[in-house]
Amino acid sequence: MTDPPQQVRAPLPLADQPFAVTERTQTQLVLRRFLRHRLAVLSLLVFVLIVLFAFVGPLLWKYTYFTSTPDNSQPPSLTHPFGTTGDGKDLLALVMRGTQQSVKISLLIAVVSTAFGTIWGAAAGYFRGVVDAVLMRIADLVIILPILAVAAVLANSSDGAWWMVSLVIAGLVWSHVARVVRGVVLSLREREFVEAARALGATDARIIFRHLVPNAIGPIIVAATVLVASGILIETALSFLGFGVQPPDTSLGILISEARTAVQTRPWLFYFPGLFIILIALCVNFIGDGLRDALDPKQTRVRQ
Amino acid sequence: MLAYALRRVAASIPVILAATFVVFLLVSLTGNPVDRLRLLDPPPPPEVLAAEEQRLFLDQPLLTRYWLWLSGILRGDFGPSVDEYLQIGPEVFSRFAVTFRLVLLAMLVALVLAVIVGVVSAVRQYTVIDYTSTFFGFLFLAMPSFWLAVLLKEGGVFANNNLGTTVFYTVGESSVVVEGGFWASFVDGLGHLILPTIALALINFASWSRYQRASMLEVLNSDYVRLARAKGLRWRKVMTRHALRTALIPLVTITALDLANIIGGAVVTETVFQWRGAGRLLLDAIRARDVHVVMAWLLVASVAVVLFNLLADLLYAKLDPRIRYD
Repeated sequence: MTDPPQQVRAPLPLADQPFAVTERTQTQLVLRRFLRHRLAVLSLLVFVLIVLFAFVGPLLWKYTYFTSTPDNSQPPSLTHPFGTTGDGKDLLALVMRGTQQSVKISLLIAVVSTAFGTIWGAAAGYFRGVVDAVLMRIADLVIILPILAVAAVLANSSDGAWWMVSLVIAGLVWSHVARVVRGVVLSLREREFVEAARALGATDARIIFRHLVPNAIGPIIVAATVLVASGILIETALSFLGFGVQPPDTSLGILISEARTAVQTRPWLFYFPGLFIILIALCVNFIGDGLRDALDPKQTRVRQ
Repeated sequence: MLAYALRRVAASIPVILAATFVVFLLVSLTGNPVDRLRLLDPPPPPEVLAAEEQRLFLDQPLLTRYWLWLSGILRGDFGPSVDEYLQIGPEVFSRFAVTFRLVLLAMLVALVLAVIVGVVSAVRQYTVIDYTSTFFGFLFLAMPSFWLAVLLKEGGVFANNNLGTTVFYTVGESSVVVEGGFWASFVDGLGHLILPTIALALINFASWSRYQRASMLEVLNSDYVRLARAKGLRWRKVMTRHALRTALIPLVTITALDLANIIGGAVVTETVFQWRGAGRLLLDAIRARDVHVVMAWLLVASVAVVLFNLLADLLYAKLDPRIRYD
């Protein structure tokens, strides 16, 4: 799928002929490759819609997640598109709030753990030797422990504030990013431009942040996307167990936890929140796939 | 090989120690388990509270408490629990025996499924089979484990109601009373395992089958497979002896690395199916701020993960003749 070469209309003398191919920046190239990935673009669209639903929806919808209506256990209808709970709360409003909390938490997880993991991994890869060994052994700590179990232990002390839940989970998943960045930096640091920067007297910090990290941005973004998907699954599982977001606030995990005895009698309570988790995780995974192909064409196995 | 194994175990000891130290500090800082007694009405006399704090080492400074715990472990003593009559050591091991049954069976099922599906969809790339398995792979990858577990449990209940007999057990890890001998209780245990195993296996199967597909594709496009075919070996023989053997190697690492998360997943699955396994033990201990039970739990889990990774490394050498450990 290459563009047809641009035709130059009036044949100019060869020396005056302008360079016929329009120049594209790196960003434009990435964007074009991403837009070609139809499933990823569709997923991005759905994800944006879900985010709007979660953040703008509650402003427009007539019920809130904490008000009770006189309609108890109503199946989906025009007044309550998703039905209502046993205590008369509108499920659409609850799902909006739950999605909002879950999206907020998983985005913060991705941002915090990516930033932290990037610095950690870049330092390990750049300095090598003892620094590398110590930093990566610390990163290994997290691998031998079940994340969910440790997250439950740590989150137990918090009062269920959403950012606290994020920070706890981010503190357990950053090592993945650190490992990816370390690998990339280990090979980048041997390249000529790093040597040139060092010859010009650039400090270590400048080399890491101005030369190494920007060149590793592809794998970093892909790792961050993966973390959004796993973040939402960990957060909902934690809330399901009762250690994440605390009532009266709600999350998609809490909604499913409350609905688990009602699967057969009031199925809407169980299926709608689950559907949203699956939809979000699915979209984020597809976006990640598209980004991987766009940012790192070498890794694409299927040529388009 | 033995020397290598011993060196690996020795190298992992500091990592486990550091992990326990961090977790010990964090759990201890989350609160005092004796505070619960203070809220009782009427509150117990101060001597009782002081004695309880002394029994749980709470009168000591934090670092001393960790040292007491650690030196206890070396003597095979897991420390006192908030529940005075609970022997932490035997309790943790018997609960983990229940959980590891589920974890190992689920891993086995997931592995077999992942290898079959991954290999078939690689060999039949871009066919209906490939697209179908890719679709389900992505779906299970995005599915929360607890949602799938609840769905399977309710499906089991629904099937039981419609068939009029109990086909699927949906509560507990075994029946309360089992009549008959060893065989009867074995069958009973197996019956209780079916649904939780499927729930735990499907989630892990998803990502493993993707890995297996990718590594099988890579091997199929390699020169040595082409050579094996070119020199006239049977297709079936090339597939099993040359391609599959090499393509299994990446999966061994992934499986071992995922063990910690499968144990985490088992906590969720056990909660849904109301098992009295390690998951319940951990969650109860966290709620009661029972530091020593949490520590014993994490110690057993992390030692299991380390040993499992070692096993994977040794298996590596078996599968890949280029790898030698001296």
